[in-house]
Amino acid sequence: MTVGFDDAAKFAEYAHPERLVSTEWLAAHLGDEGLVVVESDEDVLLYETGHIPTAVKIDWHTDLNDPVLRDFVSGERFAQLLGEKGIGRDTTVVIYGDKNNWWAAYALWIFTLFGHEDVRLLDGGRDKWIAEGRELTTDVPTPAAVEYPVVARDDSKVRAFKEDVLARLGKGPLIDVRSPEEYSGERTEIPGYPTESALRPGHIPSAASVPWARAAAPDATFRTREELEAIYKGEAGLADGDDVIAYCRIGERSSHTWFVLTHLLGFENVRNYDGSWTEWGSAVRVPIVKGADRGEVPAA
Amino acid sequence: MTITALPTALQEIKDEFLALELRERLQLLLEFANELPELPERYRDHPDLFERVVECQSPVYLFVEVGDDDVVQLFATAPRESPTTRGFAAILVEGLAGLTVDEVLAVPDDFPQTLGLAEAVSPLRVRGMTAMLGRTKHQVQLKRHS
Repeated sequence: MTVGFDDAAKFAEYAHPERLVSTEWLAAHLGDEGLVVVESDEDVLLYETGHIPTAVKIDWHTDLNDPVLRDFVSGERFAQLLGEKGIGRDTTVVIYGDKNNWWAAYALWIFTLFGHEDVRLLDGGRDKWIAEGRELTTDVPTPAAVEYPVVARDDSKVRAFKEDVLARLGKGPLIDVRSPEEYSGERTEIPGYPTESALRPGHIPSAASVPWARAAAPDATFRTREELEAIYKGEAGLADGDDVIAYCRIGERSSHTWFVLTHLLGFENVRNYDGSWTEWGSAVRVPIVKGADRGEVPAA
Repeated sequence: MTITALPTALQEIKDEFLALELRERLQLLLEFANELPELPERYRDHPDLFERVVECQSPVYLFVEVGDDDVVQLFATAPRESPTTRGFAAILVEGLAGLTVDEVLAVPDDFPQTLGLAEAVSPLRVRGMTAMLGRTKHQVQLKRHS
């Protein structure tokens, strides 16, 4: 680790406090050797309107997704991207973004697929930084290129595919993090995303409904450990040691939940099913349940 | 097959984008975003604007008017935090200004795909502008004086 951790009392309660930094911490460490700040937003132009000084932009569409296949970029492309952003393999990366760090968590999850060790989120993200009146700039840094090694993406630990979900149906908990209307099947898409639809609405049998943003407080920071335990263990019924698969529509909102379950609550085997509803809801002959109840897994 | 020429303003916007490098196209889109005109007074209290859309990434509101001369006027608003959406809306507001109903309806549905933005902002996002153009045409159809 090249940059020290944020020892804020709130973070100490979490399973992996080293995965979060506060806005105060970041403001005090901007420009530190070995630290690169990354902004990752829903809107590809938001960074250009003003960002945290020194921050570089990584866009989930144009940088992290393969332009042809529905897949993430290769190890070669990832190495090239990070090298250009001035990120080395041992660099401390702090990612932040808009909308409760929705896309920042997605970027962090993809960094994890490539085994980048020290990657953290800014608690509260872009919104909190701005709400506190902290400095923004439109200056785009031009980092000196760095050699980032080509590392093969490891899809086996934190990523789940449709086949994995089918094989685990009835054997382990699923968390559906979409809105209640998507879960029940009233709609196949969320408002404003008419182009990311599925042919059939509903949810995967047995999945518990926990909309992703419940993990965030009104100021966009993560809820306290106690509050998160009440939601995911108390309400959704997860138990320590469970292997969990989370899904949403294309795997972005569920990256946020993956982060919460893995790094804040300490579940060790959480996978994000990034095919999510756009795949499941269009696949042939996979089981689907409509309505507010979790539903039964069909007998094999 | 006849190829209908694009209305002048849309053609100029298209030429302007295509003359630029990818990065500069993003900057131009941002300029459009910054220049999206404010809604006229008569729409500022429109109830649709206060409808809370849960999880909506970039709520964009379009208002279409068709004058007695059959000329279409488009007004749009989207939050400052959604500059891409604002940019898309501003392109349509500027590009469709002063066109008649028939001219607006004749704009090719794939116009957004011809601006060279797919690589800069991703094809999926460009589809957001296609949807916006579709919604605009739909409103024009509804409001045309038959």
